[in-house]
Amino acid sequence: MISHSSASQEYLKDTATAARHDETFYGVRHKRDVISRSLPEWEDLREAASRIKEHTLENLSYYLTQFEEKALENGAKVLWAKDAEEYNKIVYEILSGKGIDKVVKSKSMLTEECHLNDFLEERGIQVVESDLGERILQMMKLAPSHVVMPALHIHKEDIGDCFREKISGTENNNDPTYLTHVARMHLREKFLEAGAGITGANFGIAATGEVVVCTNEGNADMSTAMPPLHIVSMGIEKVIPDQYSLAIFHRLLARSATGQPTTAFTSHFRGPVPGKEMYIILVDNGRSEFLKNPEHWKTLKCIRCGACMNTCPVYRRSSGYSYSYFIPGPIGINLSMLHNPKSNSGNVAACSLCCSCDNVCPVKVDLSTQIYKWRQQLDSFGTASKEKKLISNVMKTIFNHPNLYTNLLRISPLLNILPTNIGLNPWAYGHKMMHFPKKSFHQLWKEKKV
Amino acid sequence: MEREESMTSKEKIFANLNPLHNDPVADKPDLSFLSPTSYQDPLKVFIETSQTNAGANVIELNPDEDINQRILLAYPEAKIIASNIPDIKANLNPDAIKEKSDLLKVDVGVVEGKIGVAENGCVWVPQTMKERAICFASENLIILLDKKSIVSNMHEAYRLISENSNYFSPYNFGTFISGPSKTADIEGALVFGAQGAKTLTLILL
Repeated sequence: MISHSSASQEYLKDTATAARHDETFYGVRHKRDVISRSLPEWEDLREAASRIKEHTLENLSYYLTQFEEKALENGAKVLWAKDAEEYNKIVYEILSGKGIDKVVKSKSMLTEECHLNDFLEERGIQVVESDLGERILQMMKLAPSHVVMPALHIHKEDIGDCFREKISGTENNNDPTYLTHVARMHLREKFLEAGAGITGANFGIAATGEVVVCTNEGNADMSTAMPPLHIVSMGIEKVIPDQYSLAIFHRLLARSATGQPTTAFTSHFRGPVPGKEMYIILVDNGRSEFLKNPEHWKTLKCIRCGACMNTCPVYRRSSGYSYSYFIPGPIGINLSMLHNPKSNSGNVAACSLCCSCDNVCPVKVDLSTQIYKWRQQLDSFGTASKEKKLISNVMKTIFNHPNLYTNLLRISPLLNILPTNIGLNPWAYGHKMMHFPKKSFHQLWKEKKV
Repeated sequence: MEREESMTSKEKIFANLNPLHNDPVADKPDLSFLSPTSYQDPLKVFIETSQTNAGANVIELNPDEDINQRILLAYPEAKIIASNIPDIKANLNPDAIKEKSDLLKVDVGVVEGKIGVAENGCVWVPQTMKERAICFASENLIILLDKKSIVSNMHEAYRLISENSNYFSPYNFGTFISGPSKTADIEGALVFGAQGAKTLTLILL
């Protein structure tokens, strides 16, 4: 287990980059604030979205059944995967069964969660990410640092160098417009060659069996319009009842994510185009277990907009790479604890409990409350800090014995002469230690000096 | 254990979920408190949002203007114009594409929109051509839209869509397009034409 605070030490060495990261994401948060305030019904939309999500998750077997029925009626093929391993195998079998060795992909956090790309590439299938940010990360062999803007932390000079190395003909020019259009031409060849397009799903609509994918680049559309096969990967929690609900989520998603009133493309896939094929793989990978967790099931309401990251003072100052899970920020802390509390307990301290995330979440996930609850459970996972536990137990004894407390308080100024950085107190790390006064308030009161 | 192994993945997933409720639809949350903003003049708001937020060009066609001339005026250098709309002069038909690579050579694609949404500049474009790639792969996209089909918000748009199943027939696809393709993935700088069209022109009829 790596703690967030120790992982962030490395990142924070480059103060200029850290400051720019903070500013960039605060800018996105500010845009979200402005656009949300321009809609008088904003808070009602959040409340409605929250209620719909809770209702759907409580009745997920009904809505998943309906979704599958309708999707089959539309001519799609529907497959179920209990876990990441089964999901990867299903995708591989579909592709290899058709002799496909090149696929294009639009951004999908689920495929990151399941490590689909590695699985396919180890078996000889070339996977090309088509979202510009994801493609940059893929070429640089880096992981995403944010769910919506995965490569925003990378400098254009480094992107230019990478393109010059990997894409022939790239000029010595690091202008973002130029580099974007280099990637555009490079990806067009890939769309043409690909035997299949893999997309995620922002929403699955139970009433119609359709899958809705939102992008700004149109890359999900390029990935699916050209190849003869479309594979959708969808977490089972992505289903919502109907288009009435979709209107509510659509209005919230882009405004919360980037402060735009909508993404440039909102595409509705209601089955394959005649003559082509469409597979929908519904993936559990722990979700149905998480729904049984009475304290944390509401984490599954998340629609992956990233607003909680942008507003989080800890995320903004420490970046995605300081977290041990591929999804960072408040939602990442909670998801990582659901998936593997033992190896991700180091994230739960990355929260000042300022509760800003709770107030921006478009579906009202009580993110900070849940982080607080996870902290209370650390001991049961065997991941509570030994030093903090020891100090807490000592303090408990002291606070439970008034005489002991009073006596110790009297000699407490002795602690002032101890050096603070000798590692005895894990809470003192990176903080200025408190200074113990010669006389306590209690003492001063008795002496009538206050 | 044996039972576990013989279960399908779907059965295993459903075994964890709440049992099937008789009629969850009857239990749907009451959302009557939600009253979406609607505009007195949706067309005016739509034009404004399309130009500012979405980054589209908007042309209001006069009744005496010729649409094909207006298209040429907007894109004078266009060599390949793709469309299957009968009145549009095009030299590539997305219903009769011979080589997939032809789709990547289109200068201007011309398609029809069915609903415009004032709050965000979205235009509903159902697939009405065999190769929908022309909506995305064309360097520039023109969407023709009837002025009378502008609504205030997404609630109204999705109500119209759910009432009209023709939108998904026969191609099973429809998309909301709001402005040209865009990205800010490189240092947050807004760039048009990431993967899709570099410019979008709305012609209001």
